[in-house]
Amino acid sequence: MTTKTIEGFTVEVNEEGFLVSPEQWNEEIARAIAREEGIEELTPQHWQVIRWCRENAVNGRSPTLRQITAGTGLSTKELFALFPKGPAKKVARIAGLGKPEGCV
Amino acid sequence: MKRLLILGGGTAGTMVANRLSRMLDPLEWTITVVDQSQTHYYQPGFLFIPFGIYTKQDVIKPRRNLFAPGVEFIQGTVDVIDAEARRVHLSEPARTLPYDFLVIATGAHVRPDQTPGMMEQEWRRSIHEFYTFEGALALAEQLRRWKGGRLVVNVVDFPIKCPVAPLEFLMLADWFFHEQGIRDRVELIFVTPLSGAFTKPLAAKLLGHLLEEKGIRVVPEFMVERVDPDAKKLIAYDEQEVEYDLLVTVPLNMGDESIARSGLGDALNFVPVDKHTFLSPKHPEIFALGDAAALPTSKAGSAAHFAVECFVENFVRYVDGLEMLHKFDGHANCFIESGFGKALLIDFNYDVEPLPGRYPLPGIGPLTLLEESEANHWGKLMFRWMYWHVLLKGEALPLPAQMSMAGKWTNGQGGRRYEHVAA
Repeated sequence: MTTKTIEGFTVEVNEEGFLVSPEQWNEEIARAIAREEGIEELTPQHWQVIRWCRENAVNGRSPTLRQITAGTGLSTKELFALFPKGPAKKVARIAGLGKPEGCV
Repeated sequence: MKRLLILGGGTAGTMVANRLSRMLDPLEWTITVVDQSQTHYYQPGFLFIPFGIYTKQDVIKPRRNLFAPGVEFIQGTVDVIDAEARRVHLSEPARTLPYDFLVIATGAHVRPDQTPGMMEQEWRRSIHEFYTFEGALALAEQLRRWKGGRLVVNVVDFPIKCPVAPLEFLMLADWFFHEQGIRDRVELIFVTPLSGAFTKPLAAKLLGHLLEEKGIRVVPEFMVERVDPDAKKLIAYDEQEVEYDLLVTVPLNMGDESIARSGLGDALNFVPVDKHTFLSPKHPEIFALGDAAALPTSKAGSAAHFAVECFVENFVRYVDGLEMLHKFDGHANCFIESGFGKALLIDFNYDVEPLPGRYPLPGIGPLTLLEESEANHWGKLMFRWMYWHVLLKGEALPLPAQMSMAGKWTNGQGGRRYEHVAA
């Protein structure tokens, strides 16, 4: 666990660059992480997904892709278009949540 | 008379019925269990069937014999739960059961129908699963005859029942094909939607080498969109493909359809409940236990067992208007078969990831946490007897329901052994 400064905010991140505390997140941080992930601009659709995930996080963990599609009404294809290559992990990181995990 | 109705006579439902039959006054309460089948399956045993370690007889018993006297069993299919009217409608036989309190323990089911191409002409030919009795038996027949090739194990999406079972399957397959003398002709591949086979930091560190040593390749972050059964390919949403000769899939897991029909479930038909007490936030007389509940812990018999321990203590207070004092902490422990007569053991809860150490006696064991040993393997095999004769009957196991940190080695504690393993 290390601290990192994103857009002037000091946050704790884990080895993979995920925020450790969802409370330290804000929209400016989200935009900066999105750029690191290769998403130059967050559109209203991106924000819809990010907000839904934050509202439906359990134990600070992002919901699974299937829960996101059911909850937002977007298709999995659309999610892959919005967050290319691994939307579950990317959304989690941009939304300041933990990635979906198994039990080991 | 007050009526407690339990939907589902699996691990959680049977334990709840048997425990409460001893705790509730029979002059004041009726306890009724509804299940569509007469047969109780020991689901952890399904894993061993494809490799000929267990036979059918090892994993089935007539459900009726497993209930304590005083528990009424009704064979029937739940059509819909009318939570407002506190009634459950059964189809086959058509019947209405009123309740004062309802426990939903209808489990999780594999749904190969949810992935296009999976359940078509190649189903149970080159595409198999081992999460059902029929599936495990069909795969046993297939593996007996298989001459080798590329065996792909894939998880469609999480959560799944017994999340470690796909890894166990691969490690047992490595051993099995060695025994058959064809390991050099078999390629073993694990395709997962997660970031790796192990996602928790310590487990990844301590166990990451296992799969590599056994020659099991991992394809991470692969979200299956469909199967092409003729070309024998898994196709992901981002157009990645993995070819196979034999696919052993873990289909999407969903809660019972009756949950969806009753409007009580989430996107996957699991019932949202309080993670410490299992009480529905919408209906103060409905609880959900075991795999049926949408909880952030493993869908596993051990989690159900520890959950039931907390639940029954709470329930006898709750019905008298008292506060529920026991808080379930997400405790689960799972044996992980790793082949060649060895196994691992993990013990964890909502907040504590699997750690290395000894269990159940700190420093002694005999079981080893996050570390392969023969003792763990024997523990896993002995567990079947415990399941039928102790757990389901609702007898107490000498294990606390809450997870304990005693015996676990955390960073800076536990001495050299852990340092050595982790290095």
